[in-house]
Amino acid sequence: MNTTSHPVLRSGLLLGLIALLGTALLATVNALTHERIEEQERLRVLQQLNAIVPIGSYNNDLLEDRIDISDASFFNHPAPVTVYRARLDGQAVAVLMNTTAPDGYNGDIRLLTGIDRNGRVLGVRVVSHKETPGLGDPIEIERSDWILGFTNKSLLKPQASGWAVKRDGGEFDQFTGATISPRAVVKAVHKALIYFEANQQLLFETATATAVTNEN
Amino acid sequence: MKTNQLKQILADGAWRQNTGLVVLLGLCPLLAVTSTLINGLALGLATMLTLMVSNLSVSMMRGLLKPEIRIPAFVLIIASVVTVIELLMNAYFYDLFRILGIFIPLIVTNCAIIGRAEAFASRNAPLPSLIDGFATGLGFCITLVLLGALRELTGRGTLFAGADMLLGDWGQYLSLTIIPEHPGFLLAMLPPGAFFGLALLIAGRNAWQTRKTAHSVTKLIPDTNET
Repeated sequence: MNTTSHPVLRSGLLLGLIALLGTALLATVNALTHERIEEQERLRVLQQLNAIVPIGSYNNDLLEDRIDISDASFFNHPAPVTVYRARLDGQAVAVLMNTTAPDGYNGDIRLLTGIDRNGRVLGVRVVSHKETPGLGDPIEIERSDWILGFTNKSLLKPQASGWAVKRDGGEFDQFTGATISPRAVVKAVHKALIYFEANQQLLFETATATAVTNEN
Repeated sequence: MKTNQLKQILADGAWRQNTGLVVLLGLCPLLAVTSTLINGLALGLATMLTLMVSNLSVSMMRGLLKPEIRIPAFVLIIASVVTVIELLMNAYFYDLFRILGIFIPLIVTNCAIIGRAEAFASRNAPLPSLIDGFATGLGFCITLVLLGALRELTGRGTLFAGADMLLGDWGQYLSLTIIPEHPGFLLAMLPPGAFFGLALLIAGRNAWQTRKTAHSVTKLIPDTNET
C-alpha cells in the first residue's frame, strides 16, 4: 500500500505513535515515582498526627488504625469523618478526628482534633482552609498560636456557653477583622468533643477500617 | 549556529517578546501563583522546563507533522511533558507541589507553550528550538519572580519566604525579612494585587523601552537589524 496516497491514514498512525510514546513515557515515570509519592503523602498525614499525639505516647500503626464515620446530620457536613486511634500496648490513648467545619468565611475548614481518652483536647490543627489571607488565616499554626488555645480544654472546661468566641460571650479570642473563621473552628472542635463524649466506646472499639454510618 | 542568531533568540524570548510583559500570554498562572517570590520561581522553572522539552520534541518531529495534525500532536506532547513534571514535583518537591497545586497541570493550557511550538519549533532545527524554549521560559520566569517579589515585599515585607520548600533545609536561611513588623498589606496578596503589580511591571518596561528607542534613534539611525 502506498502510504503517500493515504495522508489521512499516515497522519492518524503518526498521532497514534505520538500518543503511544507519550503513554509509555508517563507509565515509566509513574512507575518510578508512585512509591515515593505515596510515601510523601503518608509522611505528611503522620506528621500532622504526630504534632498532636507525640511519638512515644502510642505504639500502634496510627495510619492503619482508623475508621470512617458518616453522620452528616450531626457534623453538618456530608464528608465522612476519619478517626485515627492511638493505642499504647493495646490500651486506648487518644483519638484524632478529621472533622470539617462547614461554616468558614470561604467554605470548609478541615480540622484535625486530638482528644485523649478522658475527653481532654490534646491539640487541634487546621489541615486545609480557604479563609482570607491576613484576616482569617491566623487559625493556621504557622501564622499564630491561637489554635493552641484549645489544648487541655474539655466539654466541662469551659462549660457549653464558654465554647464560643468572646464576641459571642465565650472564652476564645477572635481576630481583628475576622470573627467567622475562629467561630467556625470553635464550633467544630466543640462538636468533635460532644461526639466523642457520646460515642467513646464506638470510637475506640469499632474494628479497624470499618465505615460507621449514622443517618438519623 | 551563529552567535548572532543565538543572541537574537535569547533577546527575543527573554525581553523583546517577553511572554508575560509583551505578548501577555499565560496570564492565569502568572497572576494566580505570584503571591511570593518562591512560588513564582517554582512555577517559572516548571514552565521553562516544559517549554524546552516541548520545543525540542516538536522540532525533532517537525518533518513528520502534517499541518492538519500538528495541533493535536502539540497538545499530546505538551500534556505528556507537563504530566511528567507534575509527577516528579509531587515526588520530590511535595510541599511546593501542594502550594502550586492545580497550576502545575494547568501549564498545559499556557498558550505561550503551544505558541512557541507553532511559531518557532515547528520551523526550526532542534538546537535553536531548545534555546528558544529556554529564552522564552527565562523571560516568563523572570516576570513571575519580579511580580512575586513585588507582591511579597509589599504584602508581607519578606523575600524568599518558603525557600526551603524549593531548595531543601538550608533554604530557610535565605528567607529575608526586609520590613520588620510589617502589618501585612492585604491588597498585594490578593488577586487584585497581581493585576496592579503586572500593570506596574508592564508600564515600567514600556517606559524603559520608549526611552531606549528614543535614545537609539537619535544616535544610531543606520541600525536596520532590529525589526
